[in-house]
Amino acid sequence: MENNNYAIETNDLSIHYGKFTAVKNVSMKVERKKITAIIGPSGCGKSTLLRAFNRMNDFVPSCHVTGELMLQGQNLYSRDVDPVEVRRKIGMVFQKPNPFPKSIYENIAWGARINGFKGKMDELVEQSLRAAALWDEVKDKLQQSAYALSGGQQQRLCIARTIAIQPEIILMDEPASALDPISTLRIEELMQELKQNYTIIIVTHNMQQAARASDYTAMMMIDDQRAGGVIEFDVTKTIFTRPKDKRTEDYVTGRFG
Amino acid sequence: MKEEALDLKTAKAQSFRQIDLRKKTRLGEGTIQALLFLTGILSIFTTIAIVYELGKEAMLFFADPDVTLVKFFTMTRWQPGIGEYGIVALVSATLTTSAIAISIALPLGLASAIYLSEYASPKARSVLKPILEILAGIPTVVYGYFALLFVTPILKSIFGDGIQVYNMLSAGLVMGIMILPLIASMSEDALSAVPRALREGAYAMGATKLETSMQVVVPAALSGIGAAVIVGISRAVGETMIVAVAAGAGPNFSFNPLDAAETMTGHIARISGGDLSYNTIDYTSLFAIALMLFLVTLVLNLISQWVVNRFRERYE
Amino acid sequence: MSTHTNTYPQGDAFNASLKTRYRVATIWQFAFLSALLIAILALTALLYNVVDGAFGYVAYDYKKDPATFTPIPVNELTKEDLLVILKENLSSGAYNKLENEQKLETRTQGELYTLFLERLVQIDTKATWSMTDSLFRSAEIRAEAAEKYPDAQLEFRSWLTPQFLTTPMSSKAEFAGVRTAVLGSLWLVGIAILFALPVGVGAAIYLQEYAPKNWLTNIIQTNINNLAGVPSIVYGMLGLAVFVRTMEALTSGSAFGVTDSNGRTVLSAGLTMGILVLPLIIINAQEAIKAVPDSLRQAAFGVGATRWQTVWYHVLPNALPGILTGSILAISRALGETAPLIVVGASTFISLDPNGPFSKFTALPIQIYQWTTRPQSEFHAIAASAIIVLLVLLLTLNATAILLRNRFQRKW
Ligand SMILES: Nc1ncnc2c1ncn2[C@@H]1O[C@H](COP(=O)(O)OP(=O)(O)OP(=O)(O)O)[C@@H](O)[C@H]1O
Ligand SMILES: [Mg+2]
Repeated sequence: MENNNYAIETNDLSIHYGKFTAVKNVSMKVERKKITAIIGPSGCGKSTLLRAFNRMNDFVPSCHVTGELMLQGQNLYSRDVDPVEVRRKIGMVFQKPNPFPKSIYENIAWGARINGFKGKMDELVEQSLRAAALWDEVKDKLQQSAYALSGGQQQRLCIARTIAIQPEIILMDEPASALDPISTLRIEELMQELKQNYTIIIVTHNMQQAARASDYTAMMMIDDQRAGGVIEFDVTKTIFTRPKDKRTEDYVTGRFG
Repeated sequence: MKEEALDLKTAKAQSFRQIDLRKKTRLGEGTIQALLFLTGILSIFTTIAIVYELGKEAMLFFADPDVTLVKFFTMTRWQPGIGEYGIVALVSATLTTSAIAISIALPLGLASAIYLSEYASPKARSVLKPILEILAGIPTVVYGYFALLFVTPILKSIFGDGIQVYNMLSAGLVMGIMILPLIASMSEDALSAVPRALREGAYAMGATKLETSMQVVVPAALSGIGAAVIVGISRAVGETMIVAVAAGAGPNFSFNPLDAAETMTGHIARISGGDLSYNTIDYTSLFAIALMLFLVTLVLNLISQWVVNRFRERYE
Repeated sequence: MSTHTNTYPQGDAFNASLKTRYRVATIWQFAFLSALLIAILALTALLYNVVDGAFGYVAYDYKKDPATFTPIPVNELTKEDLLVILKENLSSGAYNKLENEQKLETRTQGELYTLFLERLVQIDTKATWSMTDSLFRSAEIRAEAAEKYPDAQLEFRSWLTPQFLTTPMSSKAEFAGVRTAVLGSLWLVGIAILFALPVGVGAAIYLQEYAPKNWLTNIIQTNINNLAGVPSIVYGMLGLAVFVRTMEALTSGSAFGVTDSNGRTVLSAGLTMGILVLPLIIINAQEAIKAVPDSLRQAAFGVGATRWQTVWYHVLPNALPGILTGSILAISRALGETAPLIVVGASTFISLDPNGPFSKFTALPIQIYQWTTRPQSEFHAIAASAIIVLLVLLLTLNATAILLRNRFQRKW
């Protein structure tokens, strides 16, 4: 496993809502401890694909998945795989910050507790908050409600609580879209630090962000049946400077549509 | 032809000159609006009438030199005809039956709500919800019949001679069943108002459905659930027929569920059902009790509305 | 961060803990479901209990042997025979009273036969058994009846009969019916709705379409929500004080020349019930009016309609199904309410049909209450039958409401 450099692999992964195929035949290998960005026009299935990675789509009754999604040699969609365990290994940060209506401290401790954390909780909370670059701002008000934080702080809290359960992979669905430019920058800096320990997959609408922050980029686009697919997947630099596909070029240079 | 066309033109020109955009008084509109306003304000008069009428007679009751507030709140016997004015004797039964009812309705109602909002498939919901609605639509006098002729015999076979034929336990239990749909539907509203994002946040951290429901969704909906409980208490305190039929006929200062005792509502029903003449202490005392009932339920309802509104603001 | 890695259970340890978590989850899910099952069970028990009480064996005997009145076997008596028997054996006072109510010649054979049983041979019910017992323990019941009541006859009886619906009240359970009570209930609900529907819809229109957003409107709205939660018996007290007592001249009809009544009339009770269901009607009508889209109002205003024209020609017709559904719910509520009727003084024994707003009255739930609280089991049996009548009425009403809703439901 050590010599396997890929955190997650998909083989012909398709995702359907009822009869409608939202994402079709995606095959990609996401490298470990790297940041992979998923870009593409609205409605092309980025969120759908991302949510498939940690089986959040299980909660949409009409949704089903075909093809393979491999994590360390196991298909995450095979029958004997437990979705709860999948989500424990693959955390997620959502578009809108969604802290629990509990104290800042509890927001982090809760996930650790349900996952059977045995160590020193105070320490874990502090380290997670530090890792999410939030500690200095909240260390004096850990017992206050998380709702009292600003949007950007809330989003970093959500990242902190995800870090606290020590996943392998962190999925982020437009984590900065609800934030101001400064908070956005902080999140991007944070991602660079987190990359030391985690694999990050991020959906973004912001081309500069993808170009700046990611190592790899997957370009998605819908076909004539409105099914989304990855049309190009490469090193970010290549995607933004020498894309192979004309549509990618149009999109990243803003000539799309 | 030509002339006619010309005519039309001048007519039109004239009518344009006559246009008048000043405000007109529309008599019909005004009358209708006034009438509608009256119907709207009528509900305020209802409340005023309740307070005034109950207050007036209650004042007469308290004006009796023999009646003192101290007696009213500390004596443990109630029989105004012979100078016993301890409302505690009735309040004790109201508290006991309501407490039993809530301790049945709260866990069952909340559990039903959690199942309906977090677990049930749309299909299961469409079967289960109407059943709760039917339960909510059954007249309380029918619940009274059920309490006296079904639940009481069962209790009798459990407790034997320890339990009286009329007892607060039976009335309280059945009242709990009656209130269950109310608490379930209000709690379900509160649970389903909790945003999806919160649930997803919990799932994304590897929480099971139970952990998500109990540790994230329920706490987030707690104030709404609290409001449901308060409304439930208010309903239990004001419920009449079940206790009138099954709890007992006669004030009895007791908190023992196996005893017979009369609640405030049950007492009003029994006394006013008999021959009651105006201007007697029996008559005015009923209004004093009713005023208490009104005030207690009013406060409870106001609190629960306030809680619900605050809760709504938070998630909308 | 890697220092923490060991503090989370890994691999098998995590799997084991996950297994426990799932087990706990399953147990709780079952617990949640069982709460609903308990509710279903309670409903089933209640309905079963009612049906169980309305049918079953009765042991009865005659206080006087029918043979002392006539040599003809009782089941062969004709109308003419009965007329003769009644005339000969009833006291003249009782006979004249019956004649005054309705000429005996004009009554049916069945009615006369009932009179014969009620007044002359005087059926006397010794014991009743529930339906379940009657079905599954009939041998034991026979033995028991034969031993305890050797003279009695045992008969499987449905207490709910067509006659039960058409005969008025009687002091003997065997001959009592709910005719007076059903008519009383209808009068009551009719008066209540006649009052509450226009006023309630008016208030809803005012609040949704006219009222400015200010403190007064706020108070009115809060007040309505509160009134919906006031205990029904408090409304009874209000009705007693206002309609029965203060307005006695009007509600008793003495101001209109009707003198044989006090304020405890069906009018007082109907108005009380009207006030009680008013908040319910307002809230439901408000919801219905809210559901009419704004584009419709703007379209009407756009062609120069006044506010009232907009409301009358566009908003109300579209809100009507919702308003009707709400009214039916209010009627259901009024039909089942008991406590306020006790307080405003429903008569407990009355055998004359209500014939106007100033008559004394009884109502279905009042009869159920009365009969349930009697100690004799035959009264419980007719209480059960009356409950079935009430529940069927309510079921019909609600089915109508659902049909209405589905029929007129619009998707905007
Ligand atoms: N729960 C759902 N049920 C049915 N169809 C859905 C559902 N969620 C998404 N879809 C459909 O799947 C397609 C892809 O949606 P998705 O949300 O993945 O797009 P996206 O690329 O994330 O768009 P955006 O950039 O706007 O967030 C869309 O056509 C959408 O309508
Ligand atoms: Mg998206």
